[in-house]
Amino acid sequence: MNQEEAENCREDMEIDGNEPEMPAQRHADIIPDGFNANYLKAYYGKVFPHSDIFKWMCYGHDGKHPGCDPTYLSRREFSFTLDNDIYLRFQSYTSAYELESSIKEKCPFKIDIGPVYSVNPAKRHAYAQTGDNVFTPVERELIFDVDITDYDDVRFCCSGADICLDCWPLMTVAIKVIDTALRDDFGFNHILWVYSGRRGVHCWVCDGKARRLSNEQRAAITDYFRVYKGNENSNKKVSLVGPVLHPFLARSYTDVLRDFFEGKVLLNQNILSTEEKYEKILEMIPDESVAAELRGKWQEKRKAKDDINVVRWEQLKSLLHSGKFKHIQGLRRCIEEIIFSFTYPRLDMEVSKHMNHLLKAPFCVHPKTGRVCVPIDPNNCEEFDPTAVPTLSQATSARTQHERFES
Amino acid sequence: MQSLGTRRVNHQNDAVAVAVAGAASTLPLYRSAPPLEVRLEDFEAFAVDRLRVLKAISDGLSRGKKPEEMKNLVDELLKTHMSHPKPSEAVNKDVISHFVLRLVYCRTEDLRKWFLSMETTLFRYRFKRESAEAQRALMADFNLPYKAVNTAEFESVKDKLGQVARSIGQPLLTADAIFYKVPFEDVPELVAGRRVYIHRGNAYVAMNQVVSLVVTQFRSFLSKALILTNRKWTSSIKEQEKDRLTPIVEVLSTSYLGPDYSQPRESAEISLKDIDHLAKSSFPLCMRHLYDKLKEDHHLKHGGRMQLGLFLKGVGLKLDDALAFWRAEFSQKVGAERFEKEYAYNIRHNYGREGKRTDYTPFSCQKVISSTPGVGDHHGCPFRHFSEENLRAALGGMGVGNRGMDDIIDKVRNRHYQVACTLTFEAVHGSSCDAGINHPNQYFIDSQKILQSKNQPTT
Repeated sequence: MNQEEAENCREDMEIDGNEPEMPAQRHADIIPDGFNANYLKAYYGKVFPHSDIFKWMCYGHDGKHPGCDPTYLSRREFSFTLDNDIYLRFQSYTSAYELESSIKEKCPFKIDIGPVYSVNPAKRHAYAQTGDNVFTPVERELIFDVDITDYDDVRFCCSGADICLDCWPLMTVAIKVIDTALRDDFGFNHILWVYSGRRGVHCWVCDGKARRLSNEQRAAITDYFRVYKGNENSNKKVSLVGPVLHPFLARSYTDVLRDFFEGKVLLNQNILSTEEKYEKILEMIPDESVAAELRGKWQEKRKAKDDINVVRWEQLKSLLHSGKFKHIQGLRRCIEEIIFSFTYPRLDMEVSKHMNHLLKAPFCVHPKTGRVCVPIDPNNCEEFDPTAVPTLSQATSARTQHERFES
Repeated sequence: MQSLGTRRVNHQNDAVAVAVAGAASTLPLYRSAPPLEVRLEDFEAFAVDRLRVLKAISDGLSRGKKPEEMKNLVDELLKTHMSHPKPSEAVNKDVISHFVLRLVYCRTEDLRKWFLSMETTLFRYRFKRESAEAQRALMADFNLPYKAVNTAEFESVKDKLGQVARSIGQPLLTADAIFYKVPFEDVPELVAGRRVYIHRGNAYVAMNQVVSLVVTQFRSFLSKALILTNRKWTSSIKEQEKDRLTPIVEVLSTSYLGPDYSQPRESAEISLKDIDHLAKSSFPLCMRHLYDKLKEDHHLKHGGRMQLGLFLKGVGLKLDDALAFWRAEFSQKVGAERFEKEYAYNIRHNYGREGKRTDYTPFSCQKVISSTPGVGDHHGCPFRHFSEENLRAALGGMGVGNRGMDDIIDKVRNRHYQVACTLTFEAVHGSSCDAGINHPNQYFIDSQKILQSKNQPTT
């Protein structure tokens, strides 16, 4: 497959979604939806963008420029998960042809990309763990993983691996907050966001500066992003101390989180509509007398013109702003804390902190959903619809249609 | 640092003697081992005194002492253990003891990590005590290339800088406040704590935060130096000194860190059927909670598996029994096949039977306290993370009465988590624990000691 075909095929994957009626389907055309190992072979044969992945991984060290490091690609770890859960780590390649052939031949269910090591990972046993001649990661993209199951305590429409268009916007918010900070605060430019195929998003920061960050620096960036701390045993999981918020948090709040909460979350998730739900919010208010006053108001069955969630939220806000409770400690940031709890990005800390963490490659197919892990444009992330992402069968059959049309 | 002649070298090139405004600093940077002559008795004695300081700092940190308390602690410790009427003698002791301890603590990853952490903390507090000129001079000595922010730029970011200052409880900015513009990579601590304004990759560091810059450099330098020292130790020093320094070095490291419980004592084997009973009688709260959750959910996330799994290893659970234990629980949730595929490997890994075959050591209280559980996690220290209500319920479940409860909660409010755990131990067992709890396995062993002595038949 040449470059042009690869371009065309990617466009096909974005547009294609509704197959027109096909009257006389030939047997080979009836491709089951979801994941199917046989069609994976066709996918890797015709659709997967091998040469683009190769170009990306080379970062310019493709042997065609002076000053290239010919060993660069071969020091990158790839790992394949095959059928039967066979797991091949420390795979390395020295050319585009090798990489492509290996993928087509082995037909992995999942391809992970690891770090660039000091030496070819396939030869790692020849090197020591310590001392001069060491086998250790030297470059690795700064990566982030956001998984919607980490928000299960604040979404009521789905749980576990399910997603829908009511809770997916949490991912949109995560992208906006993190992407803005990566560019404006940290000065990174080469950022790729990818749909994880089922219930989350991945982020790859590819600037040279990012790839050369140490584990400690990665941990520092991750902690900079961290707000949510806690689990079912602590009452308040977001604690915003201090008279004002750090500019990063303040910007995230005013530009993204507040409007998202008041515009979407309140209504889509109906978070104040029933006693069981509003008790969770009341639990986040550190003063019992305030909570009690609100509880009193909300226990009355009132017929409201407007949506009950909006009405109650306004009541909560005006009570906290009223100055009646100004003297009470810890109430100052209560509203922000509630909003942050429901909307602020929750990152998987461990993924980002270590250089040797493997992450699934873009354009893989998710084995449980059959969906292709497609890139997401952060500038248009609100338009992204995870339920309309091409599946393996759609992508492969589109390609097959395309070929037939051409011939 | 062998005895190279009797010349007392003026190693003031090592301790920065600042000529600026007569502000003299005796804070050494430990750049190179001074060619001094050291008596063998002093070799050990100096090291022991410094080790007392480092160990006390370690205890202070794990008890959750606040910065103000730590500052006082460090002042006390230096006065008690490291002072000398003649300042040059004090500096000698300072430098010599540091380099001896490098030999002691270079030899494994854990030792290096601990030593690095404590020396860096000590350096941080000592740096903060220095005058502003001395600090500036030390900064120069580290060759830090950072520029102060000029007036024009300051005006443009003043609001944001003020916002950051207020958000971390600092006083309002004065018009002549000095800020340094530093690549964010160089101040990871400040970035992590959101204590600086960052824009397009540059952090704006206040004068009083400069300590962070210097400490990062100090730490990085010492970390590399320790690796080099280890290499030299392994390749030549250990053998050359086997009759003189090596025995001293080897004793010094074990005697002060305390046992790491990585090798359970021969008599301390427990079997599968004992676990349930032992969990109720002798597990500290952190492990009891993990155990209860495991029984309830038939699952634990990675952090919990590590914390509980290594604890059980330290308590004497053999690998086969450990596999059976985890399999019995997990297979109820994920099935036996998935257990073998996804979890058994990691259990064997923890026992040093897979991969790079490191034998992992059970977590100390310091490590448990410093880990932060996230969504769906149950590890970490319950005294730190549980809400008061949940903590009271959990302690009640362990058998702590009302009176003891209030003392414990009081300690928790003041962030003395290990003291709270010690009081819990005392309440549950009805006897005192003078040494204080520093390690979950220590809690277990001490508990078993008491229970077994109660079971002795009385004649």
